[in-house]
Amino acid sequence: MLPAVPKVRSGAGLPARSGVGLKPEHFRDALETRPDIGFFEVHAENYMVDGGPFHHFLGRIREHYPLSLHGVGLSIGAEGPLDEGHLDRLDALMKRYQPASFSEHLAWSSHGEVFFNDLLPVPYDRATLYRVCDHVDRVQERLRRQMLLENPSTYLEFEASTMDEAAFLTEVIRRTGCGLLLDVNNVHVSCVNHGRDALAYISSLPLDAVGEIHLAGFATDRDAVGAPLLIDSHGAPVDEAVWSLYAAVLARTGPTPTLLERDNDVPSLATLLAEAQRAEDLMLAPSEPERCGIAWGGS
Amino acid sequence: MTQATFAAALLTPDLPCPAGLRAWNGSDPTARLAVYRNNVVSSLIGAVAHTFPVTQELVGEAFFRAMASVFVRQHPPRSRVLAHYGAEFADFVDGFEPARAVPYLADVARLERARVLAHHASDADPLTAETLGVAMSSGEDLGALQLVCHPSTSVVLSGYAIVSVWAAHQGDGDLSDIDPAVPESALVVRLGLDVLVLRLPPGAARFVIALQTGAGLADASALAAGEAADFELPKVLALLLGHGALISVQLPGSHFQ
Repeated sequence: MLPAVPKVRSGAGLPARSGVGLKPEHFRDALETRPDIGFFEVHAENYMVDGGPFHHFLGRIREHYPLSLHGVGLSIGAEGPLDEGHLDRLDALMKRYQPASFSEHLAWSSHGEVFFNDLLPVPYDRATLYRVCDHVDRVQERLRRQMLLENPSTYLEFEASTMDEAAFLTEVIRRTGCGLLLDVNNVHVSCVNHGRDALAYISSLPLDAVGEIHLAGFATDRDAVGAPLLIDSHGAPVDEAVWSLYAAVLARTGPTPTLLERDNDVPSLATLLAEAQRAEDLMLAPSEPERCGIAWGGS
Repeated sequence: MTQATFAAALLTPDLPCPAGLRAWNGSDPTARLAVYRNNVVSSLIGAVAHTFPVTQELVGEAFFRAMASVFVRQHPPRSRVLAHYGAEFADFVDGFEPARAVPYLADVARLERARVLAHHASDADPLTAETLGVAMSSGEDLGALQLVCHPSTSVVLSGYAIVSVWAAHQGDGDLSDIDPAVPESALVVRLGLDVLVLRLPPGAARFVIALQTGAGLADASALAAGEAADFELPKVLALLLGHGALISVQLPGSHFQ
């Protein structure tokens, strides 16, 4: 039986505008200049502390902007049970900051006692599907709201996989009623890394479930035979290939809350805002998919 | 393949790539697993470097990263909240043979760790001199008064000049003028949004530690004076009050507003 999760688009609270990640080095700048953006996003785990400047500034910034709470440590793809203590901490943040959206990743990051601080891959098989659905159900039940699940950047595939990633995500969304956080950079990275067609991948996702889009930069490496291996670094401007893909997604979804993510080599707030402006310009431009030079495959 | 197998391969680079992994182009998955191995270790090294910037400056980035790479594999995080990471780092530095040439390195790391804890500690309004004055003139037993420290307060004891070394790396003083063998004890406390590092006068470290374990004013002063004959209570109280290190004064059973 499908769980009774209200079929509300998770982004309903986030405006269909662009936002940026709130970094501690930008706290004062953001509060003093109050840039005209749609929302700020924070990593939930950075605010799981008792007091001090993080809560001081987030509380004040929250008075002026909608907030997206983005988890990086829940380990939804883990073989073990969810950490109920971590869910409690998330719930406390929800109550304190009333975010418009909560999102997490299709990945695992903890095993046993150890936290790896990375988003690790899962095989796309039935056992994993049932487990991930159980975990998403539990998150939505505990937090009493719909969550968005983000498609991952991956570098490896599993021989155990019996379905492709888009089919796996589609099934999780169908069974749990969660929304999709469509990370367009992750789509590009994973599709290059696994020799897939990005547009075909996107076409096979339930795009009506997209509550938020992420854009970020990647780094380029090579695999053992010299094929490009893109690394989701969050340390560079958004690549032109990702902007094109984003425009193609927007042509299908219409204006959608879009976050510019930068977690490493963080530039000035003004630089991030310029990227956010470009996303918003694309969002508000008349829908002309052919303009971005991308042709959709048969879907 | 289980996540236990994958997890073990992440932190142990000598382990072969687990079976059951593949790449679309048939290439050796080891090179692709290396991305995860590198992400995990370099992000954790980055977290350690973020908490211990002066420790890193003292030994240089290359040495620090090599040392931290050993640390993160031996002591990966047990918490999903990275602000809590690094509790074992100073002890690890103490036992890290190649770092012996900088004998005060571990104590500087202790000071930096205390700063991060203070940064994220609970908020509380500082005790005012007026409230303390009311308590001290209330006619109650002065010696039994208990002073409660701000949640961000900690003392770092050292046989080295850790406060001077740390301050020089903030642009305050010249490293070449410092004799690192002069013992210094640090008071770390957050005043408003800023974490302060203060050099404690003789006996004051023992006094603060006594307060934190619930000792009354008389007992804490006696402990401090026993350690340093020149301990001056009024001076130390002024230092603590002036930097927000006290939040309340109480007698067992009563509380002064």
